[in-house]
Amino acid sequence: MAVSAFLTDATLCIGCKACEVACKEWNHIPADGFTFTANSYDNTNNLGASTWRHVLFLEQPTPLGPQVTGTEDPFRWIFLSDVCKHCANAGCLEACPTGAIIRTEVGSVYVQPDVCNGCGYCVVSCPFGVVDKNHEVGTAFKCTFCYDRQREGLMPACAKACPTQSIRFGEINDLRQQAQIRVEQLKQRGYSDARIYDPQETSVGGTHALFVILGEPEAYNFPPSPEVPTIHMKSAWSAALISALAVLLVVGLAFAL
Amino acid sequence: MAKETQITEDRLDALREEAARTGKLQHEGIVPVASPFPKAISATSYNGNPVLKAPTWTWQVPLYFFVGGVAGISAVIALVTHVSGNVGLMRVALWIALAGALISPPLLIADLGRPARFLNMLRVFKLRSAMSIGAWTLVGFSSAAALAVACHELSLGGYGNGALILLEWLAEIFAAFSGLILASYTSVLLGMTAIPVWSENRRLVPAVFLTGALGSAAAMLELLGFLIPATQFIGIVTSTIETIIAIIIEWRDRYVDRPLREGAAGWLTRAGSAVAGPTSLLLRIFWSHSPGARYIAALCFVAGALIARYAWIAAGRVSSRDPQALFQIQRPERRAATVT
Repeated sequence: MAVSAFLTDATLCIGCKACEVACKEWNHIPADGFTFTANSYDNTNNLGASTWRHVLFLEQPTPLGPQVTGTEDPFRWIFLSDVCKHCANAGCLEACPTGAIIRTEVGSVYVQPDVCNGCGYCVVSCPFGVVDKNHEVGTAFKCTFCYDRQREGLMPACAKACPTQSIRFGEINDLRQQAQIRVEQLKQRGYSDARIYDPQETSVGGTHALFVILGEPEAYNFPPSPEVPTIHMKSAWSAALISALAVLLVVGLAFAL
Repeated sequence: MAKETQITEDRLDALREEAARTGKLQHEGIVPVASPFPKAISATSYNGNPVLKAPTWTWQVPLYFFVGGVAGISAVIALVTHVSGNVGLMRVALWIALAGALISPPLLIADLGRPARFLNMLRVFKLRSAMSIGAWTLVGFSSAAALAVACHELSLGGYGNGALILLEWLAEIFAAFSGLILASYTSVLLGMTAIPVWSENRRLVPAVFLTGALGSAAAMLELLGFLIPATQFIGIVTSTIETIIAIIIEWRDRYVDRPLREGAAGWLTRAGSAVAGPTSLLLRIFWSHSPGARYIAALCFVAGALIARYAWIAAGRVSSRDPQALFQIQRPERRAATVT
């Protein structure tokens, strides 16, 4: 099976949240409850155990490419559907002590719900803050990349439901190329701050959810240079080793004196 | 301008008419309640929302960090005192190790929700997951501590023979070795996460946790009546290190360490350090001959070390909510621009 990916394009998204709804319906995810955040049209706020697609609404004091708004202050309203990044080196997968989190044949990162024991280590190990524990069930949940649908040759529910092809689904190298072409097109049209978000140069090693965004990644709550926490394995364990040797020394001295 | 921003139907109609006629609006629109709203810009993150997820662990987990640490180091003390011939102390230390080993799994199970879930930890062994190493270490340590206590008690009961004594030694060596891992892996576990205050202190947390475990193990022995020079020595060394660590955290004055210095988590950290560090140290130095003062010093250290476990988890929770802490680590060149 080919390695699949999402390409989510902020310049095509219209903020309809059809992806959120399709995701919830297909995957039978519980509701998040009614909250009013006053953050533009976003009342979901974050990805979480019961939110696997999340549409961001960015109100920014910046002009949208070449557009003239006719207002005194520059303004743009950007929408983007956020999702689990399905990292090439996934912090959650590395951290999982039960082997519940696995790499599937389509390259995605999948939490096996019957194996997860809810230890919560993946929650603090995800550099993107995606996976979370459902406290009613007691185990961890995140986007499955519609693994069940993909196995049957169907595209993920969110991509299927997207009315503007803001969410594209396909083979990862094709999509990387498409993203490149799209960004060049956008730049030619005057969207000078268009860019691809796909952190390939950090220890995360690229993701299976690529994004085309306008402006800095921080505004989308995307870490500018995310790292998989296992890069700290050596330094953390060597510090522990030094401390342990010091403990042995102190205990030895104490009882030899 | 204020008079024009009254929200009335007439005003809205006027705006609509003007927009239809000229194609744009010359006047101010309506100023909504609670405006201006937070803007999603790179300097503030997405409306100031957290990037990371907060730790989900229940109150049993920091307690387990403490209990596991004391048990692990007690096994080390048991081995060393066995070598140096202090068998009375060694027996008590072994029993403390076993008690800790017996309390630990129920604490972890309480966090997981039901007992069978703990078994899932033993499906695989992953060197890259500190949690996996810890689960297996706890199992190995508990078995070794139980075996060592059983062998020792059988020997005392008159069933001793060469094989039993050899078995006891092997069990004690294994318990001491796995005990060191048990007391330290929890700190490595915190250091190997995405939470800024933990990962940026990955070299410091092992020292904090092992110092707390060593001092508390010795303090437990003191509370059980072993007011000997050895426990006093360990008490003075560990409370000195606690003091130094507290000074380091305050003196470095890093943005990422704010949860350790500010707010409820910060004061919890400081309280733990103050009790286990200077308080315990001064009691030991100035009233070294008073048994009462030593009991209080021991109690102070145990309390301080326990508080410190809760404080580090609380600091992680605060740190996970602060997008700036994360962004500044990842874009150090912008640190000067975004620190407020």
